[in-house]
Amino acid sequence: MNKKRPVNLDLMTVRFPITAITSILHRISGVILFFCIPILLYFLSCSLSDQISYDAISAVFESFPIKLLNFLILSALIYHFVAGIRHLIMDVGIGETKMGGKLGAKVMLFMSILLIVILGVWLWVL
Amino acid sequence: MGSVRNITSYSGNGLRDWLVQRVSAIILAVYILTLVAFMICHQNLTYGDWSTLFSNLFFKIFTVIALFSLILHAWVGIWTVLTDYVKPTWLRGLIEIAVIISLIGYFIWGVEILWNIQGVLF
Ligand code: HEM
Repeated sequence: MNKKRPVNLDLMTVRFPITAITSILHRISGVILFFCIPILLYFLSCSLSDQISYDAISAVFESFPIKLLNFLILSALIYHFVAGIRHLIMDVGIGETKMGGKLGAKVMLFMSILLIVILGVWLWVL
Repeated sequence: MGSVRNITSYSGNGLRDWLVQRVSAIILAVYILTLVAFMICHQNLTYGDWSTLFSNLFFKIFTVIALFSLILHAWVGIWTVLTDYVKPTWLRGLIEIAVIISLIGYFIWGVEILWNIQGVLF
């Protein structure tokens, strides 16, 4: 074997195109959401069954671990949502060029990060 | 060509799956935006606001439609992911059955939640 062939094991310099990263994140967020359906249904059931259990679940939502859990689930949802909308826009035929794709991926990533920050502010600051 | 069918896809038809995935995504998006708008309009949401919303017949129907879209969307999505990564047919089949049973259970559970709302005690 040619010992001089280039090797690149430094993960920080392996470059994936941004569109590959946003696309795999869309898939991962979708699978995470699938596993979160029972959690969300459980919270919905607590919040709707009666006043007492509504008050109880509201108090649970204020505890740090559950707030963090909600933050993570909703972040996955925000990302999947924004990436999904971008997907639908591209299905209609907008931004399908390579450059358009990269720009769209950047805009989409920026939008999701912005919305996730707003979510964090809403949960912890307001 | 017409005879190439995959019995484990949602509808046995890739194009129809694709369409189901899009239509259900749009319904879910509209539903989620409706909930977000409701929460923005009701800062400090009370049980009264929340249970009144879900007791409204139109919103109930909308919620059932959204739940149904959710299970179709999740099924087509998870099916695609499984087809990509789980190669042994028996294992994929097994996971698919578990996913279908869970999703049907979630749908029934969701409908049951909607029909068990206690009104506000005035
Ligand atoms: C909260 C419930 C949701 C779950 C559990 C879920 C789950 C999934 C899964 C597992 C996939 C497959 C990913 C892949 O093939 O790589 C997927 C794809 C997709 N989702 Fe969702 N999703 C949800 C909500 C949404 C919403 C609200 C939208 C709308 C904006 C959306 C838009 C899409 C689109 C457009 C695709 C197709 C992507 C493709 O063909 O590659 N999803 N979803």
